[in-house]
Amino acid sequence: MENQSNQGILWEVFIQANAGIPHKHAGSLHAPDAKIALMNARDVYTRRSEGMSIWVVPSNAITASSPEEAGSFFEPSNDKPYRHPTFYKVPEGVKYL
Amino acid sequence: MTALNTQSATFEYVVRLADNCLVLGHRLSEWCGKGPILEEDIALINISLDLVGRARSLYAYAATLNDKYTTEDHLAYRRDVKEFRNSLLLEQPNGDYAQTILRSYLYDVFSMLQLQQLIKSKDQTIAGISEKSIKEVTYHLEHSRQWLYRLGDGTEESHQRMELALKNLWRFSGNLFEKNEVDDVLMKEGIAFDIAQLKPEWLAIIEKDFALANLKVPENMFSQTGNLQGVHTEHLGYLLAEMQFLQRAYPDAVWD
Repeated sequence: MENQSNQGILWEVFIQANAGIPHKHAGSLHAPDAKIALMNARDVYTRRSEGMSIWVVPSNAITASSPEEAGSFFEPSNDKPYRHPTFYKVPEGVKYL
Repeated sequence: MTALNTQSATFEYVVRLADNCLVLGHRLSEWCGKGPILEEDIALINISLDLVGRARSLYAYAATLNDKYTTEDHLAYRRDVKEFRNSLLLEQPNGDYAQTILRSYLYDVFSMLQLQQLIKSKDQTIAGISEKSIKEVTYHLEHSRQWLYRLGDGTEESHQRMELALKNLWRFSGNLFEKNEVDDVLMKEGIAFDIAQLKPEWLAIIEKDFALANLKVPENMFSQTGNLQGVHTEHLGYLLAEMQFLQRAYPDAVWD
């Protein structure tokens, strides 16, 4: 995908909803530079008090796995159910697990 | 005008503050769906909503201070051009993005300085609304300032557009600092402050930012006034015609 257009660079936006939990990908936006990207992210993604911290990352700085490799990347773990911690009881009151 | 007492002067003063917010808020709302990029469209409408929200709080207060206009809507929708007291700067058309940004920037710097004084007002309502508004305006100013830098010191075209915007708007900015007998009454009471004294500071901030934006403050340019007497440029009438249409055509219309 073309990353540079007359709308500026494409940025990926990550929002942290509360202290102590991970920043989550919220979406993307266009902006000419990091400072404006941060302001735009504030306006586009946190208008309804969704977050208390924002990261913006140029989309082209992200290295993504490719769909063609999905087989070799992910399928080998399909038949290893013992890796899932489903045998444990999660204590009540544990959030964000 | 009949002799002013504290209440009637406060009414005039609060309406003046509110008119600035409403007129700029409405102008910015005209960008809705037409912004240069989606992100800026949303940013401007956010700012517009902040301004209209502040106007609403101020009008609601003003409505309690007079007998003629008893609700915030009456103040917004039933006054004619000559009763509006907003700065001539804010009623100027949106033009291109350079003009929109510059208009906001010149007002945002002013607004910030004004609010920093108004939070000390002896009128608790004015002080309270101002306190709440400072956070909003801090962001508005950051938005307009960052775009001022980027357009002023951007490409040759963006720079030229910024210079043209400056030529179009500068003469309307001086009246932000005007005052009249309303100010005299309220300054004695500690409700208002001497707005003219803010001008050197306003100018100093603008000169500093303009230097970073590769722009120059115009020298000795004619300054147009009249807003405190209700004498506006021709643009305000068109703005009000659109904004007030519904309440003028269907008075007291409500959602059903």
